[in-house]
Amino acid sequence: MPEINVEKEKCVKCGLCADVCPFGCVMLVDGYPEFKDCRFCGICVSRCPVSAISIEKRELKEVDLSQYKGVMVFAEQRGGKLAPVVYELVGKGLELAEKLGEPLQAVLLGEDVDECAQELLKYGVMKIYVYSHPVLRDFRDDPYSQIIANLVREVKPSILLIGATSTGRSLAPRVSTMLRTGLTADCTGLEVDEKGNLLQTRPAFGGNIMATILCPRNRPQMATVRYKVMKRAEPKPNPQGEVENRTVDTRSLLDRTQVLEFRRQEAEVSIVDADVVVSGGRGLGGPEGFKLLGELASLLGGAVGASRSAVDEGWIDYSHQVGLSGRTVRPKLYIACGISGSVQHLAGMQTSDVIVAINKDPNAPIFNVATYGIVGDLYEVVPELIKVIKEGKASG
Amino acid sequence: MEIVVCVKQVPETTEVKIDPKTGTLMREGVPAIINPFDLHAIEEGLRIKEKVGGKVTVISMGPPQAEEAVRDALAMGCDEGVLLTDKAFAGADTLATSYTLACGIRKIGRFDLVICGMKTTDGDTGQVGPGLAQELGIPHVAYVNRINEIADDYLVVEKLVEDGLEVIKCPLPCLITVLKGINEPRLPSLKTKLMARKAEVKKWGAGDLEGERSRYGLDGSPTQVIKVFTPEPPSKGERIEGPPRIQAETLYMKLKELKVI
Repeated sequence: MPEINVEKEKCVKCGLCADVCPFGCVMLVDGYPEFKDCRFCGICVSRCPVSAISIEKRELKEVDLSQYKGVMVFAEQRGGKLAPVVYELVGKGLELAEKLGEPLQAVLLGEDVDECAQELLKYGVMKIYVYSHPVLRDFRDDPYSQIIANLVREVKPSILLIGATSTGRSLAPRVSTMLRTGLTADCTGLEVDEKGNLLQTRPAFGGNIMATILCPRNRPQMATVRYKVMKRAEPKPNPQGEVENRTVDTRSLLDRTQVLEFRRQEAEVSIVDADVVVSGGRGLGGPEGFKLLGELASLLGGAVGASRSAVDEGWIDYSHQVGLSGRTVRPKLYIACGISGSVQHLAGMQTSDVIVAINKDPNAPIFNVATYGIVGDLYEVVPELIKVIKEGKASG
Repeated sequence: MEIVVCVKQVPETTEVKIDPKTGTLMREGVPAIINPFDLHAIEEGLRIKEKVGGKVTVISMGPPQAEEAVRDALAMGCDEGVLLTDKAFAGADTLATSYTLACGIRKIGRFDLVICGMKTTDGDTGQVGPGLAQELGIPHVAYVNRINEIADDYLVVEKLVEDGLEVIKCPLPCLITVLKGINEPRLPSLKTKLMARKAEVKKWGAGDLEGERSRYGLDGSPTQVIKVFTPEPPSKGERIEGPPRIQAETLYMKLKELKVI
């Protein structure tokens, strides 16, 4: 079992460790910390201004990290079309690979996915491992996770990035458990340090704080990344990557679940893909407000979003929810109406290109992230804005 | 059907306030509850038992006070409760948690179905369910929104995906992670609450399980939190003043200039 210790000679009795402990495990006795039921989260260690606190781990088998090279992304596809998040994984993957001076690879599974592979090559992926077989047509956890784990054991990438989609979130923990390596969910920031360690930053405690997470002793370093968080890759002028077609040996594959049927449900709104999102919050005062926002959104060719409070009130369906517990969006224009801007909401939209906030309360936190802030009644401002846009359209 | 439901005790709110002076977390007086997603897992377990018979065992890993969460699950109607608690389990990331839960479930004995909530509100990863299935060597289906059929040796479930839903047949034993939409969790009655208070909750430590000690807790966790910080407040934007008409016109001009409309 690990131990947490404080060096009393170094300790300046500032008490910060007791303040920052998220679990309330630090008691101050004569000003020095004592730890009860410590969960070894390490937060006090990183916050201690004089580095007086340390956590000792038992010596463990070290993996030879130097064998692991390169960045690999999971090229998720559905029905022969690459998932949009893949372009963002490639964008981030290229950046990390360049910094490491190592190649970017991809793994692609499916049936007849040559087009996906050719498409991916345009973006500068150096090598794409393609597994094409009828058995892989639908995503299923068993065969997908085994094939990827086996490829990782053979190729030994240092970093493996997977989209945080319904597929990726189901697949990634199975793969990381098979490989007994670390997996960090929903990273919003990925960097490499000079030792080649992946610094994985993600929101914690509902987005109130950010945590940077390392996977220092195991490889590959695995992370899932939400759609619309990283920048999309651009096509390269002279792509030089290659495709390696791999055989699928179905006899050695576990294959237990069966997709009997797929029922497409047309999403009436796709806040994730819209260029413009007009969102409403508690300030709307009721469900009717969303009609007004809907009018503005359709004028701008956009979708309607909502804060958690508005969804919790039952004014609009959960599929519209923007934020940490809803969808992350990154539109060109985000218009927040009557939304105060809780941290959990901001985490889901603050990377939008242009943010407009309309709110009565001049001190609402949403104004801190807004490109343009309008202090006023949304029921006065939005109708005027609709008029102005209509007039603008009429005059060409 | 032998059903195991995994639950976690979490703080009631994720809206942890930050002390503006020190930039540190203020948690005082935040009560602990069962992870809201897990309530739906418990409810689904109970409904299956009511339909086809069997037993529902609830299992949790956590500090001694997480016994409360197990008792709350018993109050809803679960038959037995197990808490995995030991200092050696502390500091576990999702890999070590999956491993420890798997050791606990093996000790419970025969099981046909393991049910987890889709994710927890505090960790927010959704990784333990699929990881646990892998540790147990059983198949899993995540994001289950409905169970269509319960047979002796398989389930047919509906899994919600981005553009629709998949109907999946999965052999038993298996693990599913459930969405909130799957059911409406029941409330415990006063009688069941009193019964739960007296019920036995088994407490198992590292010594009771047959796992490798190096795979529990912090030692068995590949990931490490190295830094926490408050997100930087972005730079202030521009305020648009004036009566509503002028505000609307000014905004329209600016958005046109930026070519976003």
